Amino acid sequence: MKREVPLKVTIALIPLAMALCAFGIYRGEVAVVLAKAINICMECIGLG
Amino acid sequence: MDKQKQKTAALRSAGLRKAVQAGWGILTNAYINGFLPGDPVIYQGPLKQLCVPGMNCYSCPGALGSCPIGSMQAIFDGRTRGIGAYVIGYLAIIGLFIGRFICGWFCLFGLIQELLYKIPTPKLTVPEKPDKILRYLKYLILLVMVFLLPFYYRSQYGAGEPFFCKYICPVGTLEGGIPLVLLNSMMRGALGWLFRWKFLLLILCASASIFIYRPFCKYICPLGAFYGLFQKVSLIRMRVDREKCVDCGICVRTCKMNVDPHKTPNDSECIRCRACIKACPMHALTMKIGPGPEPLQERVAAQADQPLGERR
Repeated sequence: MKREVPLKVTIALIPLAMALCAFGIYRGEVAVVLAKAINICMECIGLG
Repeated sequence: MDKQKQKTAALRSAGLRKAVQAGWGILTNAYINGFLPGDPVIYQGPLKQLCVPGMNCYSCPGALGSCPIGSMQAIFDGRTRGIGAYVIGYLAIIGLFIGRFICGWFCLFGLIQELLYKIPTPKLTVPEKPDKILRYLKYLILLVMVFLLPFYYRSQYGAGEPFFCKYICPVGTLEGGIPLVLLNSMMRGALGWLFRWKFLLLILCASASIFIYRPFCKYICPLGAFYGLFQKVSLIRMRVDREKCVDCGICVRTCKMNVDPHKTPNDSECIRCRACIKACPMHALTMKIGPGPEPLQERVAAQADQPLGERR
């Protein structure tokens, strides 16, 4: 039986994921997501 | 009597999950104006800055949020040449908290596949070896179609492409393409080979779902693959109480994702639907925060190495 990953590993990874997300926001990636999402994505629906 | 009670509890739990899936699907696709005939108008408000946690095309006429997989590819294609940190970080946070719980409870396309599977026909079980190989396909799709190609490929005009959305995703065809084409005559006139190809994939996926439980989730979905990476480290985990488990195998027979919950409770294929928890007659399976206590044998072995005074 494999030993399970300790909880402290998870707790250490959560702030890292939050920092990654914050870094993306800082880089302006939210605006890119919004710009893509408010227009019909022709590729996604099979027209473009 | 006990068995009957257990069956009722399992049915109630399955009903609750279906209600959550359907409720979430309606809530995240509640932009009514998008469904009115005429010029296609999709929601353009600030909520679209946020991604929904499950697969949900942002071109669905009712969609209030963004699709995480589509957004990731859009960032790679963006002028800022994004690294996808916003979406990767966001999905990692969800994965670290609950793993693939999203797949089981908050994915509309998952619900659609489950409903198709309810059509009374003989059901297919993919043999173990091809099943195991096919399960890796979704990781390959995540790597190649979502990360590598959208990041590196540029056309002669410098434009990138959302490869997964464009060539594979049946969710976009079902939730975005079909309603928009039905509602708008101009779009109907623009249909070409790509739409026919994606429509064919959708038909294949829907047909397969009648005979195989959630085939898209098992073999294709890059989002499920991403969340699956966090199953073993997520805050919420499945636990097996080894002292209660009698190896009866009921949990294995109950699991439609073909996981063996009593051997690998946090398998990357588990969608945490809790069917095994409800089916276990010994109540040996639970879903709690963090890893479970060490099995009795390991605890005894560890204590044997300690001086008498320090033993728990």
